[in-house]
Amino acid sequence: MLTTEKLTDYPEIKEIADNFGRERKNLIPILNEIQKRKGFVSAEAQQIVADLLNIHPVEVFSVISFYHFLNDKPKGKYVIRICKSISCEMNGKEEIKKEIENLLSVKAGETTPDGKITFEEINCFGLCDVSPAVTVNEQVFTKVTKEKVREIVQELIEAEK
Amino acid sequence: MKKRKGKILFGEYIPGSGLRKALEMERRDILFELKTSGLRGRGGAGFPISTKWMLTAAAESEEKYFICNADEGEPGTFKDKVLLSEYPELVFEGMIIGGYTIGAEVGILYLRGEYSYLLPQLNDYLEKMRKENLLGKNILGKCVNFDIHIFLGQGAYVCGEETALIESLEGRRGEARNRPPFPVTTGLFGKPTVVNNVETLATVPHIVLKGGDWYAGFGTEKTKGTKLISVSGDCKYPGVYEISWGTTVKEVLELVGAEDTKAVQVGGASGICIGKNEFDRKLAYEDLATGGSIIVINSKRNMLRVLENFMEFFVEESCGQCTPCRIGNVKLLDAVRQMQQGKFQENRLAKYLELAETMKLASKCGLGQSSPNPFVSIISNFKSEIFSKS
Repeated sequence: MLTTEKLTDYPEIKEIADNFGRERKNLIPILNEIQKRKGFVSAEAQQIVADLLNIHPVEVFSVISFYHFLNDKPKGKYVIRICKSISCEMNGKEEIKKEIENLLSVKAGETTPDGKITFEEINCFGLCDVSPAVTVNEQVFTKVTKEKVREIVQELIEAEK
Repeated sequence: MKKRKGKILFGEYIPGSGLRKALEMERRDILFELKTSGLRGRGGAGFPISTKWMLTAAAESEEKYFICNADEGEPGTFKDKVLLSEYPELVFEGMIIGGYTIGAEVGILYLRGEYSYLLPQLNDYLEKMRKENLLGKNILGKCVNFDIHIFLGQGAYVCGEETALIESLEGRRGEARNRPPFPVTTGLFGKPTVVNNVETLATVPHIVLKGGDWYAGFGTEKTKGTKLISVSGDCKYPGVYEISWGTTVKEVLELVGAEDTKAVQVGGASGICIGKNEFDRKLAYEDLATGGSIIVINSKRNMLRVLENFMEFFVEESCGQCTPCRIGNVKLLDAVRQMQQGKFQENRLAKYLELAETMKLASKCGLGQSSPNPFVSIISNFKSEIFSKS
C-alpha cells in the first residue's frame, strides 16, 4: 500500500482520475477538476495524482507552475480577475483596479485575510470591445465603472463564505 | 437570428449545408476547392490550409488528429469568441469536413481557459449535432466517423503556438517543440495532426458550399477572401468586423468611428504599430499581415506606456524555454523603462535593435520571434515623441 492511499483526499482524487482515465494526457483535466473542487492543488494532492498516473510528482508540479489557472496555494472561493491588457488599460482599468484594492484591502495577486476573495490581474481575456472587463469566477462583467465594481465587490463581501 | 452583417462568415448560412455537401464530395475535390480558394491560416501565420490538409491526408497512419485552435490570446483579439458563441455550426462543421478530408476520427477543440464560460453552450451544441447525426458514428449515414471533444486550456498565451498546444494536450507544460518534424506528420501523440485556427475552419463550409473560385473573388490578388478584425481602443464602435482583404487602415478607422488617431497597432501585441503616414497601407499578407487585432490609439496616449504594457505582457508570457525570448524580452522592457525615465541615450538604440533582430532569428517559436515587433515599430515610428523627453 502506498502511503498516499492513507491520505484523506485519496478516494476523491482517485475517483476524479478514474473518471478521466489514469493517463498522462489527462493530467491537466484532472488537475483542473481538483482545483475546481478544492480551490487549489495541494502538495498531497500532487503526490496522489503522481502515484495514480505513475509519474514523478515534480512533473505534476512543473505543469501546475506553468499554467496561470492552476495553483498550489489556496485561493479564495471567489476569484476576481481584472484584465490588464492595453485596451482595458486605455478604458480606465487602473481606476477600477484601485477601487477593488481599496474595497478588499488587498493588492492584486493577494487573497483577503479571511481567505474568501482573491484578486488577480490577468492578461487579455478577449473583451476588449466592452472594456474594462472584470470576471468573478465564471461570471463576466463588461464596461465596468467604479460604481458597478463597488456593487460587485460589496455583494461578494456580504456573500456566504 | 444573427445580427451581424458580412460577406462570408457573417453572411447567410444554413447549419449543416456545408457538411452535407462535403460528404457528397471526394476528398481530393475538397482539397482542390481549398487550394483554389487560396485560404490561408487566420491565426496570424498565414500558412495555406490546402497544403496543411494535403500533407496530413497523405501521411500514412492509423490514427490522425484534427485540432481547432481556440486559444485566442493575442491582446486585442476576440473574433474567435464571437465565432464560437454565435456561429458554432461553422467552426464544428469545418472541423468535421477537415476530419473527413484528412482521415481523422478524433477532433479536439482547444478552448482557452479564459473562455470557460462558453463551455456549457458549446457542449450543448455538440450534443445537438450528435442527435442530428452530424457528429459521431456514421455521420449522415455515410462511413464517416468523427467526434469532437473540448479541452480546456489553463491560461498560457504560448499554447496558441501549435506545437506548444500539442504538448499541452499531452498533459505537459506548453513548451514549443523543435520543428521539423512538423505536426502534419508528427503531431499529437506522434501522429499526423492538423491544427487550424477557429476562423480558418469557420470559412471552410462556405468554400465547400460555394466553391474556391467564388471565395477567391474576394480580397486582393495575393490575399484572397475576407478577414475578421477585432477592433478596440480609441474609437466609437469597437467590435468584430468582416472586411475584404485589401481594405486600408484608413477605411477601417472610418468604419469604427475613430478620430484623432495617432497610431494603430496591427496584429495585437506581437504585431506592428504604424503612424499616420502609413494609414493608406492595406491589410493583406503582402502589405500588413494580421491575425485580426486592430488597436486604435489616439493622440493623447503615451506611446512608451503602450509599449511598456506590451513588453510586460511578453516578459510574463515567455515560457522561458529558450534564451533569446526569456532574456531578450526582459532587456527590451528594461530599455523602455529607462526611456520613460529619460535615462536612455539614443546612441544605445542600435544595440537594442540588434538584440531585437537576434530574438527574431534565434527564438524557437512565434512568441519570441514576434515579440520584438512592437518595440522596433513603436521606437522607429514614434522616435521624436519618445526621445524628445530624454
